[in-house]
Amino acid sequence: MRSPLFVPAFFLSASVAFASEWEPAPERKAELFNLVIQDCGSCHGLTMKGGLGSPLLPQNLEGKDTDVLTAIVLDGLPGTPMPPWRSQFQDGEARWIIEQLKKGLEQ
Amino acid sequence: MNRYLKTFYLALIAGLALSVASWAHAGMAPRGTGDLGIIIERASGSVKIIETSTQTVLRRVEGFGDLSHASVVYSRDERYAYIFGRDGGLTKLDILTGKIVKRIIQGGNSIGGAISQDGSLVAVSNYKPGGVKVFDSKTLELVADIPAVSADGTQSKTIGLVDIPGQKFVFSLYDAGETWIADFSKSRTPEITKFTNTGELPYDALVTDDGRYYVAGLFGEDGLAKLDLWQIDKGITRILDGYGRGEEKLPVYKMPHLEGWAKAGDHIFLPAIGRHEVLIVDQRSWKEVGRISVHGQPVFVVARPDGRQVWVNFAHPRNDTLQVIDVPSRKIIKTFKPGKAILHMEFTPRGEQVWVSVRDANRVDVYDTRTFERLKEIQAEKPSGIFLTARAHRTGL
Repeated sequence: MRSPLFVPAFFLSASVAFASEWEPAPERKAELFNLVIQDCGSCHGLTMKGGLGSPLLPQNLEGKDTDVLTAIVLDGLPGTPMPPWRSQFQDGEARWIIEQLKKGLEQ
Repeated sequence: MNRYLKTFYLALIAGLALSVASWAHAGMAPRGTGDLGIIIERASGSVKIIETSTQTVLRRVEGFGDLSHASVVYSRDERYAYIFGRDGGLTKLDILTGKIVKRIIQGGNSIGGAISQDGSLVAVSNYKPGGVKVFDSKTLELVADIPAVSADGTQSKTIGLVDIPGQKFVFSLYDAGETWIADFSKSRTPEITKFTNTGELPYDALVTDDGRYYVAGLFGEDGLAKLDLWQIDKGITRILDGYGRGEEKLPVYKMPHLEGWAKAGDHIFLPAIGRHEVLIVDQRSWKEVGRISVHGQPVFVVARPDGRQVWVNFAHPRNDTLQVIDVPSRKIIKTFKPGKAILHMEFTPRGEQVWVSVRDANRVDVYDTRTFERLKEIQAEKPSGIFLTARAHRTGL
């Protein structure tokens, strides 16, 4: 008998696979890289070692949920200076940024 | 020509060439430094040494580490620049020779510094571990370490570090909401005075140029905190309480800088946080006397040295624009769009030029502040702060 969880689990894995494969067009990618390094870097440091904002190096993000981190980028963290970036990034772009940060920006 | 005479002339020419070359090499030609300065190239860890009289770059020096959010103070002889880097680096640069005299990594993550009234102490404000470290300006040896640990044990990032008369430094604790004065007038072990009620999340501070008032901007509150350093028994008072009128502030993509605050006559011009406004405050009553709508959220609001104009740059994503406010009429008299990511403006000591860094265009522009004509474009890699030596003789920068 088919598990009732089968369908949602299938969709979930499909959406994860989709999300991690999606990437911005080359031009937009370069724009986003510049924005992350220069503008996110104003608070988090150009090398993501942290500043007024938390450090965002791979070891700092390890084990943290990509969905939660994506939501923080899009909606900000109320009560802290982390602003919502929803007007600047599309959802997929925010997720892609988190994925890049988890891998480390150098590459 | 006589063979011997010819040899003599040749030797003379060779000798002259040699001595000129060695002068140039050692940077020994006597000169002053009053028209020199530094442009920070934030992404490449390098600086350009500039000369404002000729609007030229004299040399480029590398090896300063992570210069995101770098700042500079100068020795009182205006020869040495102390460069504070994000990576905790403190570098002493001889701007005459372009040589790094000494470089230390004094902390994990730093944000800026200050130099004492007599020029003997250099203080650095650190995020991690949070606190202030003070060094001998000659040797960069550690003089004092002041961890920003408040009564309940929280360690805070320190912000808004300034020098004030009397061989003192003032700074605020971002996480704990405190303001501390470190007094080095009696010995190299400072006396610390603490004010524990500064407010929620002080993010930067300024001191008036007479060294009297310390004002901290609060990210977590709709107001600013003021301390009268001539009457410290009066403690911290709140000013401009509710300037945002309780309205939701806009997302802040870049924290304003208060250190570049502008004073023109009796009025102080301040960036409103999370609003497209510049606030005008009467320095005697500390009450708001007006506000000016501007292009975006202001980052730096700086007065031309004569106080007749105030120049404003803006936070991402409206950071391609510069505006000039005419102080007497409080009107915007000029709007420029020099390019993407205008990060900083620095006036020459008497204000006839302003140097503007345009990060994403890899350019620094020099403008005539009277005609607004662009006098020069200077190539620089991701330029951020511009610091001229005249800062050596100003309190609280």
